[in-house]
Amino acid sequence: MTPLLLSAYTATTCLGRGLAATRAALRDGRSGLAPCAFESVALDTWIGEVAAVDSEKLPESLAIYDCRNNRLTRLGLETDGFADRVRATVARYGSDRIGVFLGTSTAGILQTELAYRRRDPASGALPDDFHYRTTHNSFSLAEFTRDYFGLTGMAMAISTACSSSAKVFAAAARQLELGSIDAAVVGGVDTLCLTTLYGFASLQLTSARPCRPYDSERNGISIGEGAAFALLERCDQPAAGSVLLLGAGESSDAYHMSSPHPEGLGARLAMEAALRSAGLAAADIGYINLHGTATPANDAAEGKAVAALFGDRVPCSSTKGATGHTLGAAGAVEAVICALALGDGLLPGSPGTEHLDPAIPLDYLRQARAGRPRVALSNSFGFGGSNCSLIFGVAP
Amino acid sequence: MSAGQRPPLTAWIAGVGFLAPGLPDWASAAAVLRGEAQHIAAPSLLPAPAILPPAERRRASRVVKTTLAIGLEAAAQAGADVATLATVFAASGADGHNCHALCEQLAGDDRQISPTRFHNSVHNAAAGYWGIATKAMAPCQVICAYDASFGAGLLDALGQVVVDRQTTLLIAYDSEYPQPLFAKRPVPDVGGVALLLTPERSERSLAEICVAPSGQPAATMAEADLEALRLAIPAMRALPLLQKLARGEGGSVVVDYLPAIPLQIAIAPC
Repeated sequence: MTPLLLSAYTATTCLGRGLAATRAALRDGRSGLAPCAFESVALDTWIGEVAAVDSEKLPESLAIYDCRNNRLTRLGLETDGFADRVRATVARYGSDRIGVFLGTSTAGILQTELAYRRRDPASGALPDDFHYRTTHNSFSLAEFTRDYFGLTGMAMAISTACSSSAKVFAAAARQLELGSIDAAVVGGVDTLCLTTLYGFASLQLTSARPCRPYDSERNGISIGEGAAFALLERCDQPAAGSVLLLGAGESSDAYHMSSPHPEGLGARLAMEAALRSAGLAAADIGYINLHGTATPANDAAEGKAVAALFGDRVPCSSTKGATGHTLGAAGAVEAVICALALGDGLLPGSPGTEHLDPAIPLDYLRQARAGRPRVALSNSFGFGGSNCSLIFGVAP
Repeated sequence: MSAGQRPPLTAWIAGVGFLAPGLPDWASAAAVLRGEAQHIAAPSLLPAPAILPPAERRRASRVVKTTLAIGLEAAAQAGADVATLATVFAASGADGHNCHALCEQLAGDDRQISPTRFHNSVHNAAAGYWGIATKAMAPCQVICAYDASFGAGLLDALGQVVVDRQTTLLIAYDSEYPQPLFAKRPVPDVGGVALLLTPERSERSLAEICVAPSGQPAATMAEADLEALRLAIPAMRALPLLQKLARGEGGSVVVDYLPAIPLQIAIAPC
């Protein structure tokens, strides 16, 4: 593919709001995970909750979108000057030339979960103040973002579980290549809700401890929430040091709804497709941000695929011990972490990981270390066997 | 580079799948769209998916049955091997009955939900079962754009066809919620349309389409029952295009996407 410029980017997770907080936490090897005290949830697990989401107020004219997921969307957009960069881009290209491509797994379903506690005792009806379209529906965050900036061009939500906000980069890149748009707001937002907390617990995929990616004792995920965005544009002559999207690869496991292909076959296909798309070889990759959810099966499958393609030559880590697994936001959060790694020369470590799994032969970073990667790969794999790998580079 | 120098959003339709209330497949829908048969109101008929093993077949949800039915119908018409196809699923919502059951249980005291209910709750559940059933390891996209989902799916599918030169199966579908969500989102029944889109013309091609944003309002259906269907089920926003296809007519038709940017589709029968 033709490289695309990330002309602005931002991430907000339990590590803090914005790039400076994220960068500092990654440098210090800090985790934002804490024992679960979310809403009325009674589960023995740790979560990555973003501070002060519910004190965020939406503009009066967009009040119909009000829910935790859109509050976090706005909070994320108004961080690191991202929203101002979008507004400047609208002024440059026009409101109909900016696409919106956002990933989520559950959008604002928490709003529906809460509304079901307030059903009319006689009729069973949901309360009048519950708005399905603008909160629960998977499109709500994209429609909110489109309206927030007064955009009139194309928009879509992508919802492929935990690969959602990686796949938005691929979808936006296609439309930029076609010239249907001149810039794209891409990203992902997912927020804590009962469906995912109780759901992953029902599959026995949540850990009672902070998650330990690639640890021999790993026993499950820590669910997090997050909002991360990038502004993608075509760019013939990027300034030195700019971060570029170089390639994207997608594949399907065609194996099982909630377990990865045991040999990581789908994961390998996605990484190979990303390398092809970027016109690069495995030897060109300087850092891999692994999907690394910390379930026994996921890390084993991904580890096999990465080892088969890259051997143990490439420094890699999962940052989910720091951020938690932000599900539909994970692809975008980790894209931004790759951008930071490329820009700062910092290879993030893996808080929580103590004893590396000897069965997985990778150059796995438990602690952050300095490095100068020119190209980084990020993996995102989701339920239903949906895989996406992205490759980012830094302009010479 | 300016937009004018870039390739247009063009593809060839090589197969169609269809399912809607009273219209159980593409052949019957095409006859109604040509005015050769009456549309008789009836609930959507969901065939048992023969491609699934018997145990899975019994458990398959309404959205899984719908997407397998229309996707396989379009692929069969095109003579395509489903295991090789990239797919784009576009749906305005996930499995409504499953969602209701989860929300009801999570509002009560016993929140120990079933793991199967949980993994069936994801928006890409039907896409996941499609992959398992067809063994397709090609890219699989899953989109939601509320009432604009068909248009959004068409745009991304064309992106894959034109940019990646990949034959892509678009599967746009919707299903109903039970009460109380039905009152908030009154999609009356399941319905869907599948289009097999190829980057090159072949002996199986039915028509060439070329898509661009338009300032014109979307076309409506002259027949009141079909117009009601077009508005009630988001995937049925494709009906004006399908009517041209069924009649073998060339020309141009505008279908709904997001407000202010309906999609103009130039269609040329092969």
